[in-house]
Amino acid sequence: MSLAGLFLITFLLVHLGLNLTLLFDKSREVFNLAAHFMATNPLIKVFEVILFGGILIHIFWGITLFFQNRAARPQQYYVSNNSQQSVFSKYMIHTGVIILAFLVLHLMDFWFKAKFIGGMPEVSIDGKTYEDMGLLVVEKFKSPIFSAIYVGFLLLLGFHLDHAFQSALQSVGLNHSKYTPFFKAFSRILAIVITVGFIAIPVVVYFTFPS
Amino acid sequence: MNLTLKIWRQKNAKTKGKFESFKLNDISPEASFLEMLDILNQQLIDEGKEPVAFDHDCREGICGTCGLYINGRPHGPERGVTTCQLHMRKFKDGDTIVIEPWRAKAFPIVRDLVVDRSAFDLIMQAGGFVSVNTGNAPDANSSPIPKLDADRAFEAAACIGCGACVAACKNASAMLYVSAKVSHLALLPQGKVEAAERVQKMVAKMDELGFGNCTNTYACEFECPKNISVSNIARMNREFLSAKLFAEKPSPIDMGD
Repeated sequence: MSLAGLFLITFLLVHLGLNLTLLFDKSREVFNLAAHFMATNPLIKVFEVILFGGILIHIFWGITLFFQNRAARPQQYYVSNNSQQSVFSKYMIHTGVIILAFLVLHLMDFWFKAKFIGGMPEVSIDGKTYEDMGLLVVEKFKSPIFSAIYVGFLLLLGFHLDHAFQSALQSVGLNHSKYTPFFKAFSRILAIVITVGFIAIPVVVYFTFPS
Repeated sequence: MNLTLKIWRQKNAKTKGKFESFKLNDISPEASFLEMLDILNQQLIDEGKEPVAFDHDCREGICGTCGLYINGRPHGPERGVTTCQLHMRKFKDGDTIVIEPWRAKAFPIVRDLVVDRSAFDLIMQAGGFVSVNTGNAPDANSSPIPKLDADRAFEAAACIGCGACVAACKNASAMLYVSAKVSHLALLPQGKVEAAERVQKMVAKMDELGFGNCTNTYACEFECPKNISVSNIARMNREFLSAKLFAEKPSPIDMGD
């Protein structure tokens, strides 16, 4: 659970880094080249399989834990738990399931379309023809409903991530009086950076890009 | 103080329980929570009714026997105290207090507010000990132990095994309890010898008994009457991982073949 989660966080960071190039390079050239690299490089193709494996492991353990934990308390309390605890940690399965639904939608919109459906817009860079993935992204985010849905789901991802990093470290036994306070702060900053970074893309595209 | 109590009544593990309401008048704010229940029970006995069963023993916060889930929190609203050390001045006149037993699959209800916590004993029997007689208390400093290690071990050993961690956890996980027991032995030289074996056996027993998993909500640390830290859970995870990864397989000679 924790190791797969940590792996998924590194993926999110790479994904965010590539996507942010869209905002700084209006010609979309960097993004399209990067998307092409990610789709064709053999090493990345191996990682693609590992990534899907990581997602599946994370989902499998998440659901297993949910059912085991429910079985551990067959009769619930009538006045439910008023103990102070880290808020989002209570709702990891809920945010997780919604994020999974979003992930399916997200893959259908971009990855699945580029890979299997086709009909992608094309662009020519240095005389070679590439799929214009950047244009697809920009066009999608010009729709206010689509962008709003993305922002909503990304907020949920942020809530999920708020618990994620520091909890994963605790689960693998990395707790130290000197470093744990730092990692807890770092964990929250990481969640905020990833969430705000991803949300910035639809927001900036919607408000500032010409239609 | 005048109070309304909503108390869980259940004849035994097999029957279905339900709440029963009681009115209790003229309770002194100086009374402890258990004294308040004693007054209620005397009243019930005088009326010829069945008194409410609840666990208690030392009533000075060190035995770990008492444990009630009061208004949604194990050991009630005060931090770092057991139910017996909770006083009625923490409540207001006219309050309704809901009292439930610990609820976990591994802690079946015996009667009313009494639960069977022998699951904790079974975990201890699985490995929470040192196999050889380590003799009397040694002379001070005859085996050098860093002060910090001694302090951490002592803090972990303060666990009284009341089960509030299991009661507080949304997953009914016993990780804080087991990790305290693993830690106080693993930190000291006498316990270190069997540390790898111990942690694997105790964790296996804990899982077998049907406790939930740790998802790091840290409610246990907040509710522990002895303020046991979740850093013990990380230590147990560490011990467990390294035991699983690096402990050698026993050779055929060790197995007695």
